[in-house]
Amino acid sequence: MKYMMFVCTDTEPETDESLVPDINTWVDENDRAGRRVTGNQLVPPSSATTVRVRGGELLLTDGPFAETKEVIVGFDILECADLDEAIEVARTHSMAHAGRIELRPFHQD
Amino acid sequence: MGTPVDVVVTTAGRESHTRIVATLIRLTGDWDLAEDCAQEALALALERWPAEGVPNNPGGWLMTVARNRAIDALRRANLERRKLSELASLPLDPPAPAHDDRLRLIFTCCHPALSLEARVALTLRTVAGMPTADIARAFLVTESTMTRRLTRAKDKIAQARIPYRVPSGAALNERLPSVFAVLYLLFSRGYDADGEPAFADEAIRLTRLLARLMSDSEVDALLALFLLQHSRRAARRDADGNLLTLAEQDRARWDLDAITEALRILPSTDGPYALQARIAACHVAEKTDWTRIAELYDQLATVVPSPVVLLNRAVAHGYAQSPATGLAMLESARVGGGLDGYPLALAAEADMTARAGDRWRAVSLYEQAAAVAPSPAEQQALLRRATELSLNGGG
Repeated sequence: MKYMMFVCTDTEPETDESLVPDINTWVDENDRAGRRVTGNQLVPPSSATTVRVRGGELLLTDGPFAETKEVIVGFDILECADLDEAIEVARTHSMAHAGRIELRPFHQD
Repeated sequence: MGTPVDVVVTTAGRESHTRIVATLIRLTGDWDLAEDCAQEALALALERWPAEGVPNNPGGWLMTVARNRAIDALRRANLERRKLSELASLPLDPPAPAHDDRLRLIFTCCHPALSLEARVALTLRTVAGMPTADIARAFLVTESTMTRRLTRAKDKIAQARIPYRVPSGAALNERLPSVFAVLYLLFSRGYDADGEPAFADEAIRLTRLLARLMSDSEVDALLALFLLQHSRRAARRDADGNLLTLAEQDRARWDLDAITEALRILPSTDGPYALQARIAACHVAEKTDWTRIAELYDQLATVVPSPVVLLNRAVAHGYAQSPATGLAMLESARVGGGLDGYPLALAAEADMTARAGDRWRAVSLYEQAAAVAPSPAEQQALLRRATELSLNGGG
């Protein structure tokens, strides 16, 4: 079962930085265990381009689809047995502490 | 002899519903199918038993019929053979493993990835077998809204793959509060002055089931706490329906069986529910030991420093030591604003103010509490105290 992990900022992050785990350890451990399929950081949404096509005409907008306080700053694709395993993986990601993480299962046929 | 067949069916259905649904969900992974098959088995029993007699093992009969219905349905849907062979090998009289299934069902319905309202609805529908229309009425939504809520919860379980499993090790302790929250909300819903009394019974039934299925002192404590509070249900109002304080209640109307059971299972551990249950036990004792209650609240406040616990701690010290001590503690409990607009905080302040001798200020506080009381019954009880106090000084 694949889960998309949206890595986001949060307006109320963990204040005690000593409690935030190391991201490199997380990547190494989950890569080795085969639970992390891929993932990366993203540049800030100010560099985003929104693409729409209406009536055959290409419409480009500078910036993100919607302005929000919490923005997606990265993603990881996980391969896990079930939601409980995905939650266990997500909770040890540094941004679960310094931000927030949204887990979304891939669509299954 | 003499028990009407429909009563036998209802009782057998109630007792075996959770077991049947829990087992069929494990075997088929299909929540709706499991519920439908349990329902159909019950309907067939109502049709057959009056003519053919009640079988020796009504629960086993219902399980067999429900399982066969599930096999038929899956066969029609042409599902994979593995599930079918598992179903066919299910023993006729479900033995011990079925217990695990019921526990699996409870933990899955109460998974913290579901919202609290979804957990409560799903638990009532699937574990307790309560009709959707009844759940909808209790939560003041339409039946179609409740149906959608249940469907969304079941869809999330399937799509996000919430496992059908009892968590183990450290995860079990982490997940239990999520189950307790559901049971507690259910019980409160039944216990509130204007609530649905059937929900309190249902909460007790489910907690008792949980206590039978797993060994955990906090589960026993929660059951004891519910039983102690519920034991006073018949004494909480006078003949005119007015709410009575503990001191005003007729103890002869308390449910002694419930109290005896609660005191028997009351654990001596220090978890938050164990402490609350021991406090509740102090309140049903012949003579209320306020010093002991105050000590228990001191302990509870270190585990759960919530505004309501701090309020109750102030009240306990207000009796154990002096109203002035209680008022001072209430003052510090109010820091942070957690008790703002909370009628019980105003009522407690009124009571302690009256006992400290400031009668007119107490009357005004009771009136302020009544103005923010959540139900007419509570409003009247508070106004009654204001009136008594202004007429005769409150005795």
